[in-house]
Amino acid sequence: MGKTVLMQGNEACVEGAIAAGMRFYAGYPITPSTEIAEGCAARLPQVGGHFIQMEDELGSMAAVIGASAAGVKSMTATSGPGFSLMQENIGYACLAEIPCVIVDVQRSGPSTGLATAPSQGDYQQARWGTHGDHPMIAISPASVAETYRLSIRCFNLSEKYRTPVIFLMDEIVGHMREGIEIPEPDSYPVWNRRVAGNDGAYKFVYRVPEGQWVPGLKPFGAGERYNMTGLVHDYSGFPTNSNEVAQQEITRLMEKVLKNKDDIVQIQEYAMDDAEYAVVAYGGTTRAAMEAVRSAREAGIRAGLWRPVTVWPYPDERLQERLPQLKGILMVEHNYGQMLREVQRAAAGSVPIDFIGRINGTVIPPEEILKKLREVSRHAK
Amino acid sequence: MPSELIRQYMRIDHLPHIWCAGCGNGVLTRDVAVAIDELCHDPEHPIAREKVVIVSGIGCSSRAAGYLDFNSIHTTHGRAIAFATGIKLANPGLTVIVVTGDGDCSAIGGNHLIHAARRNVDMTVVVYNNNIYGMTGGQYSPTTPRGDLATTAPYGVIDRPFDIAGLAAGAGASLTARGDTYHVRETIDLIKKGIRHKGFSLIDCYSVCPTYYGRKNRKGDAVEMLTRQKENGVRPEAYSALSEEDRVGKYVIGTLTHSNYPEFTAEYQKMIDKAMAGRAEA
Repeated sequence: MGKTVLMQGNEACVEGAIAAGMRFYAGYPITPSTEIAEGCAARLPQVGGHFIQMEDELGSMAAVIGASAAGVKSMTATSGPGFSLMQENIGYACLAEIPCVIVDVQRSGPSTGLATAPSQGDYQQARWGTHGDHPMIAISPASVAETYRLSIRCFNLSEKYRTPVIFLMDEIVGHMREGIEIPEPDSYPVWNRRVAGNDGAYKFVYRVPEGQWVPGLKPFGAGERYNMTGLVHDYSGFPTNSNEVAQQEITRLMEKVLKNKDDIVQIQEYAMDDAEYAVVAYGGTTRAAMEAVRSAREAGIRAGLWRPVTVWPYPDERLQERLPQLKGILMVEHNYGQMLREVQRAAAGSVPIDFIGRINGTVIPPEEILKKLREVSRHAK
Repeated sequence: MPSELIRQYMRIDHLPHIWCAGCGNGVLTRDVAVAIDELCHDPEHPIAREKVVIVSGIGCSSRAAGYLDFNSIHTTHGRAIAFATGIKLANPGLTVIVVTGDGDCSAIGGNHLIHAARRNVDMTVVVYNNNIYGMTGGQYSPTTPRGDLATTAPYGVIDRPFDIAGLAAGAGASLTARGDTYHVRETIDLIKKGIRHKGFSLIDCYSVCPTYYGRKNRKGDAVEMLTRQKENGVRPEAYSALSEEDRVGKYVIGTLTHSNYPEFTAEYQKMIDKAMAGRAEA
């Protein structure tokens, strides 16, 4: 049994990251993520790591990639406006395959928006914020305890698939404070990037070994001289204009995530076994949805909670498994309907879909979800 | 036939380079290679070749990273110094050299330049300063002199140009120097001095772009442009002996500013030692 402590979501993110081996943080202050920077500033020197407050989020993301290329697990944290500024270099990390974790504690936008108010308005940006076709993994926690555990998972997936992972938090979870049990270090796996396999100097640094999805990554200064670039490159790590290589390499980048969804995707289901109505929620809206489902059950409505924990890639297949039993889906999220599009796409017209969204900086209370569930179920009967 | 230096320090399977005939960037890239070579062979305090990381941004200058046979990373436009900051902090044992251009480091990357200078993170920034955006076809840069022509300044530039070395010095760089493509030996020595220096050093190297800047402004061919550097680049002693009038158009080849301000990663290590000792006691 680990010890139980009172902790904020943002603090749990820091502690989980350190438990995962994160030893470099670069960031720029922004509400509501600032406690993550403050936590890293205090904690990293204690474990021999480095914290740096950069001049902006563009530089933060650049420094994070640089540190990871030098062999250190690296992270940054921000919120909407800063997340926008990081997008170019997130794409660099996708293409050059540099593992790193980007925490976005979402707040209400667009622009400076409602700077301290909760939102899930960056959901689609997390997927498509950087230009060009690229893979993306994003994970959204719903509680402080989960934030700790999933922070570790973000690093593990990032290291395993050599790709940036977005930890898509929100103001609710980031600033939530609750008692959590710190997991014992041997109770969770810690994945470190594969470094072997690129012997033979720079000429083969991006060659993918048989049976693997990604090449090994040897840190700078470890004895081999190789090149990294944000240009499309071949197995040598040098730019190429070959359309054939570009087709092959971008396809591999996409497929290393899409073909490993079984490993990457996690969902949470509550009372779904005999559910006729699925409330789809994630991150900070999960608890209100859960509460509404409980109340609905008490009122005789067969509702369940279906929640993507991995929010990108989208768990289409997992939702589709549930479609035959459903009479309706109620999507609940703090935006104008961003995950709604994914649910509509996955359901492909087979089930009626209702929506509750919020764009005014307030939270969606369980009563509102319950009310909608009553309406929907009455309608269906 | 490539020379021994090229064979040893350039990735010859990636040559010939993409630079135009007469471009100064090849000369400056050779200067970087010779500077590292000489430091690797320093009888007393040799640096390790495997620990050298070349970081570049985007632009003509930044293609140098791919040609130089060291650990190299060709990053995004303007961000080379920020990438380099992460690399150096993650592994302070590395020798970090940034190769950048006037646009890359002082326009889009200006914020990273001044803050890295202020922090005094140990790295050497070699600026290939050719007064123009060459890669995109000759648009004016922050160092294009006032009145000069460029594709985006068809009536002449009205912006006031940056003195990049002066900008870095003003932001707190602990070593700034100026070299150029003509004064090869001096420039190599300045790059070496920068690499040896424990702190942020910037060597502002005037390059020549006969293709865009030179042609557009009737500066003659590469030889004429280099000849002008020969005439205008003067040693600090000679420069200080010149009258105000004679200094017009002339510039110093040599060290411009130098201080021993504490270096960032060394200071950070002290903080780590203290924080870890505190944990051990607790």
